[in-house]
Amino acid sequence: MARPSPSMRRRQLREAAIQAVITLVALTGIAAVVLIFVFVAREALPIFTSPEVREETDLARMFLPQAWRAGRPAFFSWQPVSEIPKYSMVPLFVGTLKVTAVAMLVSVPVGVAAALFTSEFAPRRLREVLKPTIELLAGIPSVVLGFFALIVLASVLQDAFGFTSRLNAVVAGVALALTVVPVIFTVSEDALTAVPRSYREASLALGATRWETAFKVVLPAAAPGVLAAVVLGFGRSIGETMIVLMASGNAAMTTFSLGDSVRTLPATIAAEMGEVVFGGTHYAVLFFIGVELFLFTFVLNSLAAAFVKRLVRRMAGTA
Amino acid sequence: MKRTLIALVAAIAPALASAAVTVKGSDTMVILAQRWAEEYMKQNTGKRVQVTGGGSGVGIAALINGTTDIANASRAMKDAEKGKVRERYNILPTETAVAKDGVAIYVNAANPVQQLTIEQLAKIYAGDVTNWKDVGGSDAPIVLYSRENSSGTYVFFKENVLKGADYASSAQTLPGTAAVVNAVAKEKNGIGYGGAAYAKGVKEVKVVGADGQGYTPSAENVASGKYPLSRPLFMYTRGKPSGEAKAFIDYCLSPAGQKIVTQVGYFPVK
Repeated sequence: MARPSPSMRRRQLREAAIQAVITLVALTGIAAVVLIFVFVAREALPIFTSPEVREETDLARMFLPQAWRAGRPAFFSWQPVSEIPKYSMVPLFVGTLKVTAVAMLVSVPVGVAAALFTSEFAPRRLREVLKPTIELLAGIPSVVLGFFALIVLASVLQDAFGFTSRLNAVVAGVALALTVVPVIFTVSEDALTAVPRSYREASLALGATRWETAFKVVLPAAAPGVLAAVVLGFGRSIGETMIVLMASGNAAMTTFSLGDSVRTLPATIAAEMGEVVFGGTHYAVLFFIGVELFLFTFVLNSLAAAFVKRLVRRMAGTA
Repeated sequence: MKRTLIALVAAIAPALASAAVTVKGSDTMVILAQRWAEEYMKQNTGKRVQVTGGGSGVGIAALINGTTDIANASRAMKDAEKGKVRERYNILPTETAVAKDGVAIYVNAANPVQQLTIEQLAKIYAGDVTNWKDVGGSDAPIVLYSRENSSGTYVFFKENVLKGADYASSAQTLPGTAAVVNAVAKEKNGIGYGGAAYAKGVKEVKVVGADGQGYTPSAENVASGKYPLSRPLFMYTRGKPSGEAKAFIDYCLSPAGQKIVTQVGYFPVK
């Protein structure tokens, strides 16, 4: 065996160097995520460690109803600027879930149906116009959408449904749907287009109509991708700040009526972070909200990834 | 390349040479402070004053953190906040009242209610009275508008109307007085509060004073103290104002500065 020539060795070295750089770049991304989480979590830590902070709030007071007013039943209250600051997370969670639920109820059917139409029924010319147009919606800054919701949408929806409160979960949710639809549309359209042609041809050859082919063959075959789209849209809507800050009214109420004004977790951070005393209880609680949001999307993404994996395996016929 | 760099430096240098006085805080005072800054800079070429809003709490936090020279505040600094300044800089903040403001109560132009007492306002904002008919209006639910809790107006209203009690959880918190005015203008059953200077397109309700009479937040009523919801507007500095900051505050208190106060819709202190 001859030893590798110098030019060969140089090439190998170069390969190794390039590989190292690419690995480093990839690791930087992961490191950034970890470092952000560590920083946010560290700022929230006083809730568990500092006696001063724990005097004002702890997990029990954040999540269980408290008897704040004498003679009234215990309730949830978010009143961080008060003689006795009250940091109940429950109204914020309820608010976030209400807005997200409305956004998903609107955007999942619209986004998936639009994707199905575009990939299965639209003539090629229309498709070439439709796709970039819907994707353009994702390019509208959320502050502009929020402003639109605040001025126009809120009045239209109040006239249509007779809401007592002009700004409410429905207004914020519908405005939010405008940002979620393009996400769901783009990702599921890609998934639907990726379904092999042979599936469609086989279905049509067996006598199925185009609708039957689209709904019973192509859509199920693309299900993992569509699900991934929905999860992505969910993550987008739960973390969206500007639209809800402007269009939801920001009242921290614990009710299940969609016509009530709501305060969400991200909007609370955005509205209150500017004013808090550095290192105080309120400051730590806001960072704790950040940790919650982070964990929330992390768990959701992991669950969805696991589910998609199972779905793919089942469809491949190996499970 | 080099030439553009030199040109850039030349353009920036004068700006750096006269360090700007930074003024930060109360959203209520931001229009006023900006007008002051404009006129001040017009009269004193080369001087620079930079005004930003964000809320009294934001301004005071910036004063504590050392990122602003003057903090605008529509409420007095709390002892805890003063303590923080002393802790860090070994000096107490100085308070200068620069103008007076009346906190107006806004309702929709179509609302028949003419005047409210402080007790009625307290009950409305605590969520104990939820229908307009209980305070002399038509049979309709009251929709509450409030400010974000970083706002000095929020704190002022909480202390002077609610006497420290919490706002009802149904009170919607909006960013800025303009947003409150806009919301009440659009909401038939809405009620909101904010600086008297902002009330465009809404009705200002009379507030019943100590003598049992209803008063609007007009110049005479605020100056005479008959309007019950008036407050001083402050500028805070770390220690006695000095140098550029002192020059600016002196200008605000001068007759020319106090004239601007009236023009913007607030009330002079001198």
